[in-house]
Amino acid sequence: MQKPDNEILELDVLTEIGNIGAGNATTALSQLINARIDMNVPNVALLEFNELAEIIGGAETLVAGILLSLEGNVDGMMLFVLESSAAHMLVNQLMGCGQPPSPSTGGFNEIEESALKEIGNIIAGSYLSSISSLTNMLITSSVPYLAVDMAGAILSVPAIEFGKMGDKALLIESRFKDLDVDISGYFILIPTIESYKKMLHSLGM
Amino acid sequence: MANMIKVGMADLNICRSPDAITTLGLGSCVGVALYDKTTKIAGLVHVMLPDSTKVRQNQNKAKFADTGIDQLIQMLTKAGAKRQMLTAKIAGGAQMFAFSSNNDMLKVGQRNVEAVKSKLNSLGIRILAEDTGLNFGRTVEFYPETGDFVIKAVGKSIRTI
Repeated sequence: MQKPDNEILELDVLTEIGNIGAGNATTALSQLINARIDMNVPNVALLEFNELAEIIGGAETLVAGILLSLEGNVDGMMLFVLESSAAHMLVNQLMGCGQPPSPSTGGFNEIEESALKEIGNIIAGSYLSSISSLTNMLITSSVPYLAVDMAGAILSVPAIEFGKMGDKALLIESRFKDLDVDISGYFILIPTIESYKKMLHSLGM
Repeated sequence: MANMIKVGMADLNICRSPDAITTLGLGSCVGVALYDKTTKIAGLVHVMLPDSTKVRQNQNKAKFADTGIDQLIQMLTKAGAKRQMLTAKIAGGAQMFAFSSNNDMLKVGQRNVEAVKSKLNSLGIRILAEDTGLNFGRTVEFYPETGDFVIKAVGKSIRTI
């Protein structure tokens, strides 16, 4: 049995990991689309599976998820989720076209998908490299994979991994603000059980 | 008034006609609907993982294919459904991201479907219809009045199995 004190401390450490990772990722995104982006203090929470989808607007909300598989000293996954309309806005900004996003149609064309994956790649890369230097562990990632679907379906992928450990999932939410449009994104870092222990161990836990 | 009963992730529930039962946004998880047409009682479990014996934290029975189906049958028979009359319809078990690598973490949808089928098979419960696999999310609704299992997916037409 673990002492509750220990659990609180572990959560604090994970919050700090999320803070540093998301902070760096936001800077990278800001440089990428050449716009000033404000980020609020990340909200880190252990959520019930049902609450996970609710936070993004319900299980049937259309979202874009960019997933990278982690290798090296840490095995697991990293997921970056944003609402479909926000994803369209980001892509338009990156490619410099002024087309208003059409929220009704979730579809992205091939070039837009590629751009979106690259956004995910850069964001996740800077997130991971900051965690890597913090924990002094080598973390490499796969090429990015994209899915545009219902939030519940996309979030089932990390939820299942957390499901092997317990009945809660760790969500690191960070909300970006870009001029007059409000783009919200969510980072979810999913180490395997062994890697999770290794990470905490490397930080002196 | 007919109600729509919601089942969350790693959750289960039952309903009787005219009510219906639903679970939203199934990805790699599998929705298992069990149904007794003589009493028009149905149950739905939202399975996340294939095997409770492989995981230490297995208190939540609805999370697993093996224990989830067992518990759903218990609830159904307690509510008056006949065990011998139960049939199944299943949906979900998609692979949401098109990974080329053999990362085991990503094949869980397929393993969930296999686990559900072997569990139902061992209990002698017939699977009347399924809509599983592929790479998209599904919202499902089961109507005990008709035995219809309605499947909705983004950008696809509604399918009844």
